[in-house]
Amino acid sequence: MPKKPLIEFTDKGIYCSAGDFYIDPWKPVDYAVITHAHSDHAYTGHKHYLAHHLSRQVLLYRLGPIDLQTVEYGERIYRNGVEITLYPAGHVIGSAQIRVEFKGEVWVISGDYKVQHDGVCTPFEPVKCHHFISECTFGMPVYQWKPQGQVFAEINSWWRYNLANGLATVLVGYALGKSQRILQNLDLSLGTVYTHGVIENTNQALRNNGVELNPTSRITPETPREEIRKGIVLAPPSAVGTTWMRRFGPYSFGYCSGWMAIRGAKRRRAADRGFVLSDHADWEGLISAIDATECEKVYLTHGYTVTFARYLNEIGYDAHEVHTLYGDEEAESLTQAPTDEEQSNTGINNASPATGGGDLEGAGV
Amino acid sequence: MRAFAQLFLSLDESNKTNDKIRVLKEYFETVPDPDKMHMLALFTGRKPKRPINSTLIRNWAVEASKIPGWLFEESYLVVGDLAETMSLLMPGDYSTNDKTLAEWIMEINTAGAKTEEEKKLWLMDSWAMLDKQERFVFNKILTGGFRVGVSQNLVVKALSAVTGLDAATLTHRIMGNWQPETYHYKQLIEAQQASDDISRPYPFFLAYPIQETSEKQRSVEELQNTLGDASEWQAEWKWDGIRAQLIKRDGRIFIWSRGEDLATDKFPELHPFLNALPDGTVLDGEILSFSQGKPLPFNVLQTRIGRKNLSKKILEESPVAVIAYDCLEYHAEDIRYKSQQERRQVLESLQAATTFPEYFRLSPLIPFNSWDELAAVREQSRAMIAEGVMLKRKSAHYQVGRRRGDWWKWKIDPLSVDAVMVYAQKGHGRRADLYTDYTFAVWDGDKLVPFAKAYSGLTDQEISKVDYFVKRNTLEKFGPVRTVKPELVFEIGFEGINRSNRHKSGVALRFPRILRWRHDKPKEEADTIETLRALLGD
Repeated sequence: MPKKPLIEFTDKGIYCSAGDFYIDPWKPVDYAVITHAHSDHAYTGHKHYLAHHLSRQVLLYRLGPIDLQTVEYGERIYRNGVEITLYPAGHVIGSAQIRVEFKGEVWVISGDYKVQHDGVCTPFEPVKCHHFISECTFGMPVYQWKPQGQVFAEINSWWRYNLANGLATVLVGYALGKSQRILQNLDLSLGTVYTHGVIENTNQALRNNGVELNPTSRITPETPREEIRKGIVLAPPSAVGTTWMRRFGPYSFGYCSGWMAIRGAKRRRAADRGFVLSDHADWEGLISAIDATECEKVYLTHGYTVTFARYLNEIGYDAHEVHTLYGDEEAESLTQAPTDEEQSNTGINNASPATGGGDLEGAGV
Repeated sequence: MRAFAQLFLSLDESNKTNDKIRVLKEYFETVPDPDKMHMLALFTGRKPKRPINSTLIRNWAVEASKIPGWLFEESYLVVGDLAETMSLLMPGDYSTNDKTLAEWIMEINTAGAKTEEEKKLWLMDSWAMLDKQERFVFNKILTGGFRVGVSQNLVVKALSAVTGLDAATLTHRIMGNWQPETYHYKQLIEAQQASDDISRPYPFFLAYPIQETSEKQRSVEELQNTLGDASEWQAEWKWDGIRAQLIKRDGRIFIWSRGEDLATDKFPELHPFLNALPDGTVLDGEILSFSQGKPLPFNVLQTRIGRKNLSKKILEESPVAVIAYDCLEYHAEDIRYKSQQERRQVLESLQAATTFPEYFRLSPLIPFNSWDELAAVREQSRAMIAEGVMLKRKSAHYQVGRRRGDWWKWKIDPLSVDAVMVYAQKGHGRRADLYTDYTFAVWDGDKLVPFAKAYSGLTDQEISKVDYFVKRNTLEKFGPVRTVKPELVFEIGFEGINRSNRHKSGVALRFPRILRWRHDKPKEEADTIETLRALLGD
């Protein structure tokens, strides 16, 4: 009988039978190892959670009271003799790749990752392994990121222009990840950073976790509009087009996302400015990350899996597509699938778990 | 080129009309005059000839991108725009040239004469010296796909603000047959222009719909409220042909279509009557196929549009005539300032004098005394092979562009059936990487027969829901086309239906579009092929 693989792809998630645990499962299980706190990876309903220290407060904020154990990068955990170690994924603060080793066989599950340093989260670290399970959200060669310094120069100069022209500046990005990255890279000599409740709650959770973030000011109904116009507003995507956002008008609104690299996607968003800024690896980033693992096999979980697998096979990798619920198709993120990032002016987010696949709106793309 | 690339980007990035006008003004104020004229040419659809065929461009782009051809094609599906795909895939994002737009277009125009090897060398070099945004715009011009999401109105407004000339004058001056190489900015903006272009048409006056959608029916009372007394209006049928302006000046004739294409050669039947008109005459009307004095459906005319050579057979099967409804110039005088009624009299006198009444027809006035009466007449549009009725205020001047107030179209409601979506394909441009182009089917017994494709009619929100459905309910993939689980039902509207041998269903629809998503209907309750056949009316 052929040996059972160390890691299997099941209808509940990525499963290790020898250690009896799942990684980022989408159905309730006993033991879940969580790569990061975005809604399509961290579902509610599991009995026990294992994640990185810096994910603790955000997970508790998003999922409510859960049985959660957190560890440092590099710290070893054993389950039935299977070794579990977390390595930095560079995606968002607290994001991890999960290294699983048993009897000399090593698997790495990347979760979501980027190789570019963002100055906010612990930089991505390549981990050697036999089997690498990778995302490929932007696994098409048209996606090539500019150095982030260039993008932030564009953002800061756009902010400066708005200030000079009496426009409020509203910058849209995901609450966890993008928002902190923006916050830490803005030119704060220009003005105050005002935040939407969902973003401020996330910031607060991270600060409670000991993460040092630049000062922000939560927007309340009492915050004077003239003051807001002198600063910048950080808002989640779900706030776009709501009365919450409209009351800052006249404003210019910018959207930070990897999808902004394509003109059509940018025009669909109808943002005044689209900034190409992603927390995922671009085409070159994906290939270099896979190459650095020196793996024998690559499994692609979500993104442009079909195309990317074909290309990897052509250049000599043994690549396979696997079906997961981290978005089972190309560019799912563009659809208006239900999201847990629903805006709430009160800032209270009863993080409902993702409803089915394709919930990449919360996935920090 | 840098300024032009920036203009394109800035226009993309501004959603508000005033911002767009500001950006356009800044462009006019900063670039040299030749660039202004080239920009105007491009923005009004006057593209340079393609110097290199698109297969070669594509092949060289694949080479420059250093990726396999199939991956290039996959990327194109994701981006939904060839020029953009090429610019994104090529390495390098640094501009090392200072050539103006005019200089680049001159290079493009001269590239056609080069050998294939020289062309390749020139193109590879050109790509390498442009940054991504410049390369994108350059590719757009090069591949002839240059279109911009800015109406000519806005461009004219900006130009008007910069030059101090009024918009109607400028709109007229950029009509017709001119080249940016020979039409200079100074000529364009001189206070009194000596018009040396005898072919130049007038800007078309376009009507607004009186009723925005078929769901919002206009009652007779509402018409009374909006339009006032029926006696102040004339009504005509709304003909479904090619809107055209026909010019006779200095012994020469010109036929312009609405898209500002010179189409004189496409309608030889009309030449004798035009040649017989007095010099200095300009007519406005609709070109239609006719047989035995009756208009034929648009699809008959369609068979000869786009043909390079009009064979004897085509001329026999689809003979055309013009139904004239306005006269803009008479005895070399611009009479657009005269009232609708006065112009009509001029038109009638011209038509009365023609010896070719078979080819120069009048659009008859519909007699009516009240809006009630007209509403009843409108119901017979389909039998007249018309799309509805046109309302023109008797005192109206002939205006520039689409204007509310004096000309209205009152179309008949579309025909419609409920159909099941069976195939889906990704869209282009703004709809790139989303499944937005669908094929619909009706029941033939227990089988679904595809009968129409439609792209428009859904909101962005509905499109993302359908896209979500398609990605999860794909049965088969054929290249870019997906066979989808038949489940979603839509009401498909269309203007007309005709027999067709080229379609499996045996019918061809005119202007099919999605009227609404029938969430309430299971697929079993969609319409049948018999329903469609019954609409053929025979």
